[in-house]
Amino acid sequence: MSSDKLNEIRQGKEKWLEKRSQMKDRNVKFETVSSLPVKDLYTPEDVSDLDYMRDLGYPGEYPYTRGVQSNMYRGRLWTMRQFAGFGTAKESNQRYKFLLSRGQTGLSVAFDMPTIMGYDSDHPRSLGEVGRVGVAIDSLADMETLFDGIPLDQVSTSMTTNAPASILWCMYIATGEKQGVPSEKLRGTIQNDILKEYIAQKSWIFPPEPSMRLITDIFKYAKDHVPKWNTVSISGYHIREAGSTAVQELAFTLADGFAYVEAGIEAGLDVDDFAPRLSFFFNSHIDFFEEIAKYRAARRIWARRMKEKYGAKNPKSLLCRFHTQTAGCSLTAQQPENNIVRTAFEALAAVLGGTQSLHTNSMDEVLALPTEKAVQIALRTQQLIAYETGVPNVIDPLAGSYYVEALTDKMEEEAEKYFEEIERRGGVLAAIDQNYFQQEIADAAYRYQTEVDKKEKIVVGVNEFVHDDEELDIELLKIDPELERAQVEHLKKLRQERDNNRVNDTLDALKKAAAGPDNLIPYILECVRSYATQGEIVDTMREVFGEYKERPTF
Amino acid sequence: MIDVNKLLAGHRRMAARAISMIEDEDENKQKLLAEIFPHTGNAFTVGITGSPGAGKSSLTDALTRQARQQNLKVGIIAVDPTSPISGGALLGDRIRMQEHALDRGVFIRSMGTRGCLGGLARATKDAVKVLDAFGCDVIFIETVGVGQSELDIMHYADTTLVVLTPGAGDHVQIIKAGIMEIADIFVINKADLGDTGKIVTDIEQMLDMGRHNNGWRPPIMKTITTQEKGLPELWNTILEYKDYTHSSGAQRENRRKKIQREVMELLEEKIQSQLQTRLQSNGNMEELVDKILAGNSDPYSAANRLLQKFLSI
Amino acid sequence: MAGKIRVLVAKPGLDGHDRGARVIARGLRDAGMEVVYTGLHQTPEQVVEAAIQEDVDVVGLSILSGAHMTLFPKVCELLRENDAEDIKVIGGGTIPEEDVEELLKNGWAAQIFTPGTPIEKIVEWINNNV
Repeated sequence: MSSDKLNEIRQGKEKWLEKRSQMKDRNVKFETVSSLPVKDLYTPEDVSDLDYMRDLGYPGEYPYTRGVQSNMYRGRLWTMRQFAGFGTAKESNQRYKFLLSRGQTGLSVAFDMPTIMGYDSDHPRSLGEVGRVGVAIDSLADMETLFDGIPLDQVSTSMTTNAPASILWCMYIATGEKQGVPSEKLRGTIQNDILKEYIAQKSWIFPPEPSMRLITDIFKYAKDHVPKWNTVSISGYHIREAGSTAVQELAFTLADGFAYVEAGIEAGLDVDDFAPRLSFFFNSHIDFFEEIAKYRAARRIWARRMKEKYGAKNPKSLLCRFHTQTAGCSLTAQQPENNIVRTAFEALAAVLGGTQSLHTNSMDEVLALPTEKAVQIALRTQQLIAYETGVPNVIDPLAGSYYVEALTDKMEEEAEKYFEEIERRGGVLAAIDQNYFQQEIADAAYRYQTEVDKKEKIVVGVNEFVHDDEELDIELLKIDPELERAQVEHLKKLRQERDNNRVNDTLDALKKAAAGPDNLIPYILECVRSYATQGEIVDTMREVFGEYKERPTF
Repeated sequence: MIDVNKLLAGHRRMAARAISMIEDEDENKQKLLAEIFPHTGNAFTVGITGSPGAGKSSLTDALTRQARQQNLKVGIIAVDPTSPISGGALLGDRIRMQEHALDRGVFIRSMGTRGCLGGLARATKDAVKVLDAFGCDVIFIETVGVGQSELDIMHYADTTLVVLTPGAGDHVQIIKAGIMEIADIFVINKADLGDTGKIVTDIEQMLDMGRHNNGWRPPIMKTITTQEKGLPELWNTILEYKDYTHSSGAQRENRRKKIQREVMELLEEKIQSQLQTRLQSNGNMEELVDKILAGNSDPYSAANRLLQKFLSI
Repeated sequence: MAGKIRVLVAKPGLDGHDRGARVIARGLRDAGMEVVYTGLHQTPEQVVEAAIQEDVDVVGLSILSGAHMTLFPKVCELLRENDAEDIKVIGGGTIPEEDVEELLKNGWAAQIFTPGTPIEKIVEWINNNV
């Protein structure tokens, strides 16, 4: 922009301000939901430093700000991947078939708390928890039932498992074997992001070091045997759900990503060997433009660092490919139908932000797991965006918007400040030990709550537009407690009918290997094939690795 | 109401309620304490203080493990600061002692400083008596910082550990703030995190300059609680110190001093409260101040006159 | 020193979502109460033991895992077994209306606070009921 033109614009601003500064504004804070202040107007002045080729580039070209694929949604729509699972494998199998029949294009498995934490369904700590927040998977037998009638060479499956991810991944691979699908053909993702567990989701089992070892073992095994598999889904979703701001979500997630890259390199791998299979998972919260800017900043930051700091040469290593889930924490228990609309806005932001894959929440999820009716509406929300709004027709349509570009820059700038602080503290693992992330998140969560309680932030139906005479008229999904009993019975039977000598041999072999430097995946595969249960395998590893103990501060 | 017999027999709820009575300054507090006093004197107390973030809770947790291995019954009082603004407190030390959560041989109580000058020390000392009568063999008192109250508590404890970490940089302040007089053992925790040499040198220098009571020169021990390193050595040193004070007669003498100090403190408190009451009812403080301001009296004569009036002194 | 209200904020079961529990703990602290936070992954036995030793007036359970119909009754049962049924049990989390009614009706909770409840409402309830 020539300085003449810029001067014209500045003069125009003076004129505008003459009138505008006389006007009274509404008495609210003009900030994003993350409390980032925003101006009332953005103009070319705000993006005068923007260099198209340097800062934006073309889609599918460095620095990938405009998207990771050259033709984005013109070539292929994002994957519509609804997170699902409850009860036993049989119920969840039915739900997956329902969702596929309604147009879902990818599977996503939600496990129950015992499976997430490494306990079998008959463990005393599992009482009352079996099948409640996801599907109960105790052994390979359950995994086979989960995908009964679903050919694994024809779907891609995302599995939300972290601490025991290696085990569930092996069960999936073994299920593929049973179906006659070689591991080279398997497509999917395991979340496998242990760092964010310590920071936000808090479903850990082992301490950080052995956990990182399991992750690098997975990188290595995947490179040679499961090349189409995304080995980590580096997550910001949970960090945001725990109460962080958008910038914190961006910064902490990418910092975790860099930590995994460094771990892989330290384990002796070439960065291009494993980085192409790293993927991300972001939240899509209710402040529309903040989210869009966040995604674009994420792509640019990741690409630049991978190239400049870690020396990645393969273009695929520079791509921040991500799945998005709309924000659970933005939903309300009051007037739940409003959640359909919130989810729609959040989904739209994710699409405008260039997500590769999307899960939309159902309106009833503050109260229970979704009913078929509610999840169908959620799926339809994605299909409406895809087929009716016209938004996918144009790649990165908001590029060039003065606001969006300024905000993208701002998000990147703020994220860099966090990267510096994390460096100063000695890196991600050290910062976790110092409770740095946890404290930042808790502070942000508390600040948000106080603002809501003081009505400085409005939540429709909760602190504004509330009616005393409201009746909640919504059908909710109920988990039949009988399912827990059935699963426990089933497990008992399995333990009796399998070859227990073989099970013990495989567990012993795993235990010995865990104390040494071997890649553990082949050993875990053997355990899984012998129908050792998840709890038994985790217990074996617990004996060698120990358990993580949180030492929280306020 | 507190059933003292139940308390002495090891009833946990009774002990907990007794401590609450003490914290809340219940009117029956004195009566209760007088009743349980004859049953105290069995427990030995270990005070643990030092800078925030030094890992005191983890250390308490680890030492409890050591004590339990010897089948000793353990009491833990964990003190956290009360917010001077809201009067509330977040008591989060318990989290770091999860292992002992269901061990019937361990009793953990969290206390807020409650912002009362001297009040904390009094409440903690009395809570210790409850746990002593309840049956604890060793009682850990964990506080943070070096305020007057905390120092008071540490004076009261039989053994005091001062916990520092390398790299925190604040050990010089801690050492200067009056800790030297109370420290019986220095512990450098998280010893793997930095250069411990400087702290050790600084402490040794300070020790050279001062003179510790009863001829015991505080040793400087290193621990890494997250790796269970240095704990048995530390525990043994604590026991060593306990034996030392016992055999040198220092323990007996300390006990006498403590009791004397306690009686004096209680006396002072009572006198003060009596005076307050009387002054309020017919001390005519306002008139006195007017008189002094008008130049017809001075604070010293006024105080003397009041003393004569109320206490016949 | 006057008596303070003491509250135990607990995360029973395997659920790791502690955002709500932490925010409430701070809120209660800011309202002048003494709050003991148990940390994650507590068994009902651990919760009750802490409640007794800390002599709290209220136990607050935060449960987002759907296991509330098992955990609330269990905690109440253990409190009763230990002569501590005078300690009030309240809670919040992912608990549908029907279950709230069931919990209150059976005396397995004195009050349940759904998501969206302002902190001051909880403070008010505690101040009025303890």
